[in-house]
Amino acid sequence: MLPLEHVIGLSAILFVIGMIGVATRRNLIVVLMSIELMLNAVNLAFVGFNRLWPGTAAAPALDGQVFVLMVITVAAAEVAVGLGIVISLFRNRDSVDLEEASLLKW
Amino acid sequence: MTVPVVLFYLFAALAVVSALGMVLNVRNTVASAMSLVVTMIALAGIYLLLEAYLVAVVQIMVYAGAIVVLFLFVVMLLNLRHDTFAPGRQWLLKAGALLLSVVVLSELLRLFAGGLPATQPEVPPGFGGYHVVGIALYTDYVLLVEMASLLLLAAIVGALILAKRRID
Repeated sequence: MLPLEHVIGLSAILFVIGMIGVATRRNLIVVLMSIELMLNAVNLAFVGFNRLWPGTAAAPALDGQVFVLMVITVAAAEVAVGLGIVISLFRNRDSVDLEEASLLKW
Repeated sequence: MTVPVVLFYLFAALAVVSALGMVLNVRNTVASAMSLVVTMIALAGIYLLLEAYLVAVVQIMVYAGAIVVLFLFVVMLLNLRHDTFAPGRQWLLKAGALLLSVVVLSELLRLFAGGLPATQPEVPPGFGGYHVVGIALYTDYVLLVEMASLLLLAAIVGALILAKRRID
């Protein structure tokens, strides 16, 4: 039996590491990877809570795991579109520095 | 401590170390992507220990097999070996990020400390396997599956339009 508090704690730690990456890195690709890490941290919390309330044999409750599958779908779509934006940014600016993408900045 | 608990701490340490390696590595983007693969595989191991078998397999297939490969593909296509841009107001950014992360982490940990039930119930037979998850997906959540297919279609079209050189 895993210590569920520590599973949720690990999820919080991974989320914060991803947040640090989004806040400090200037390489757009690494920022996208950090967003993936944050999504994964939330997935871990979903699976952990689903283990805590698994339902009964007649009606198993799989809401958390189904949600994780949906989050993975959304992450795949997000990466496809995000990397399309990265390629188009690189084509226009010759760089993936986030500070270069300042056309819409106030 | 039983074997699953020891394995959990092992996977947790691996996930945290490789996640830090991904975020803090400023020299090599390919190495960052490889660290992300290690994090994903460690998380898949934890999913197995939490009896989420289908989710663990999908995690390895989609994340380690598809998403990170897409990242590597773009890194090598654009020939980005390292961050070449000049450092700007870096220390201010880093101090702000550190403060924010300390606040968020302490708040999240305080939220869950001691608030969970101490014992976990037995899982129903077949819990987390493809049969039970598949029945849940195609009965209760069938609308969600249809929405996911639409979302993927929109993402395919959007990525093609964004990455195309000329639209005609």
